Amino acid sequence: MSVLVYTESLKGKFKKNAFEVASYAHKVAQELGTTVTAVAFNASDDASLGNYGVSKVLKVSDESLATFNAKAYADTLAQAAKAEGAKVIILSSSADTKFLAPILTAKLTAGYVPNVVEAPESTSPFVVKRTAFSNKGFAFTEISSEIKIIGVSNNAFGVMENNVSASVEDFNPSLNDNVFSVKSAEVDRVTGKVTIADADIVVSGGRGLKGPENWGMVEELADVLGAATACSKPVSDMGWRPHSEHVGQTGKPVASNLYIAIGISGAIQHLAGVSSSKVKVVINNDPEAPFFKAADYGIVGDAFEVVPELIEKLKEFKAQNA
Amino acid sequence: MKILVCISNVPDTTSKINFTEGDTKFDTNGVQFVINPNDEFGLTRAMWFKEKQGATVHVVTVGGQQTEPTIRKALAIGADEAIRVNAEPKDGFFVAQQLAEVVKNGDYDLVIAGRESIDYNGGMVPGILATLLDMNFVNTCIGLEIDGSNATAIREIDGGKEKITTSLPLIIGGQKGLVEESDLRIPNMRGIMMARKKALNVVEPVDATPLTHDQKFEKPAAKGPVKLVDAGNVGELVELLHNEAKVI
Ligand SMILES: Cc1cc2nc3c(=O)[nH]c(=O)nc-3n(C[C@H](O)[C@H](O)[C@H](O)COP(=O)(O)OP(=O)(O)OC[C@H]3O[C@@H](n4cnc5c(N)ncnc54)[C@H](O)[C@@H]3O)c2cc1C
Repeated sequence: MSVLVYTESLKGKFKKNAFEVASYAHKVAQELGTTVTAVAFNASDDASLGNYGVSKVLKVSDESLATFNAKAYADTLAQAAKAEGAKVIILSSSADTKFLAPILTAKLTAGYVPNVVEAPESTSPFVVKRTAFSNKGFAFTEISSEIKIIGVSNNAFGVMENNVSASVEDFNPSLNDNVFSVKSAEVDRVTGKVTIADADIVVSGGRGLKGPENWGMVEELADVLGAATACSKPVSDMGWRPHSEHVGQTGKPVASNLYIAIGISGAIQHLAGVSSSKVKVVINNDPEAPFFKAADYGIVGDAFEVVPELIEKLKEFKAQNA
Repeated sequence: MKILVCISNVPDTTSKINFTEGDTKFDTNGVQFVINPNDEFGLTRAMWFKEKQGATVHVVTVGGQQTEPTIRKALAIGADEAIRVNAEPKDGFFVAQQLAEVVKNGDYDLVIAGRESIDYNGGMVPGILATLLDMNFVNTCIGLEIDGSNATAIREIDGGKEKITTSLPLIIGGQKGLVEESDLRIPNMRGIMMARKKALNVVEPVDATPLTHDQKFEKPAAKGPVKLVDAGNVGELVELLHNEAKVI
């Protein structure tokens, strides 16, 4: 009857979202009067999940699952859910998890609600609050199936420490060969850089920056802040920046603690994708730019003067607070 | 190769979102509906397969009669035939069950759906569909090549991309990258005229039970005014972000 949570890891280390979904699962388990069981694939520090309220870790150690495989991972989670008699399954909002979630839904005939932003509003009936219409609204969604799957929005619930002692058990799923009919041939992941999905801070540039040659200051600002870099849609369409940096309604969603928009007008499609960020800063030379209506802090000014100045001030600040 | 493109009929991206009937329904009043952007990238890729590899392209939507202009637009862009499953989409599971019936009956090799619809953002229809039919599935697909029955797909992952090898029959959840923005097609007069003559088959839904239900909706709370910092005093922004917002 425990609440099951899928805790993601990369190269053996848990991702930050693993601790967030574990924290969320703990909250749900408390409400249901039960405990949390996590499923972890080839992670090295399973017991650390106890810090976030996990009582039991089902440890999957399988070389053939070293690279993410949606079907195999979903199969494993379905088997774990059955073994544990789990009625609620908690997932993150990562690209990998959004890949496996619908497979799991179909395997268990379990209602799945993604983009959930708060602890369940009630558990009987089971109702959760999620974003809809690309962040232009919220829906309160009831899940009526026996098993319920919740996808927690990035950075919405937060990481909460709940010290329990976690037991670690080996779990060996029985996987059919056909799960490998979709095969990873090559993974090309930037290393040593924060990704938009994981970043606490995102620095984003728009068409106001005039050309790709001017991105040096954006990257430097991101560097000083330990931030990920992003851009508006036309910037990626024109090839100034890679598509992977395109954020907004048709690009990646951003749900960071701080989002800094430089030379971005704040079109409705752009704002839809970044409005989940907690604090938004805009730097734009046009005081009428719509972004000023959506931002918490703003500077009306020329980015080519303001940004270098901001980098200097941040460096001073970092030196003082080091 | 027989391709089915799944089209979701969604509010135009510039739409103001309002709710009605005691905040239990989306207010469609004055809203312009369009092909879901993620699906439009997929449809355009399908047109490429049609022109370069001789594929047949069908489009399908699950929706009431009001969705027909959107599906006609897909025909005007160049799809050969359209299917409308005559039911209001209740949730992702319900829609996937309807589509499963269409895919079974049509014997498709490749099903192209979008990563998510921009209205309810469920992001689950292609994955559920693939699992119900035991077909191969690739999500957040930003590149697709087909050679005989072999497929090579590029998938967007957090912080990069992944190359995937698989085979037909295949279902993808597509997005920008499948084709570029500049590849998208605006239907011309001839396309629109031809679309009128193409088949739009209306089929009745199969029995299916949704697993979720939106009880009510809410708009985001109104935001307070922006705090402006003088361009000559950038240090104040650092100060505010540290002491007030506490994000650095
Ligand atoms: C179906 C659809 C989907 C879309 N999806 C997305 C999406 O996902 N993401 C997205 O971003 N857009 C999206 N768009 C595009 C969106 O409508 C806007 O066109 C786009 O966001 C504008 O990008 P921008 O702000 O970089 O450029 P602009 O609107 O051109 O704004 C540039 C800004 O820079 C300012 N500026 C100029 N010079 C300076 C300077 N020296 N210093 C400071 N500021 C300066 C200007 O005042 C202006 O406000 C979509 C559009 C459609 C139709």
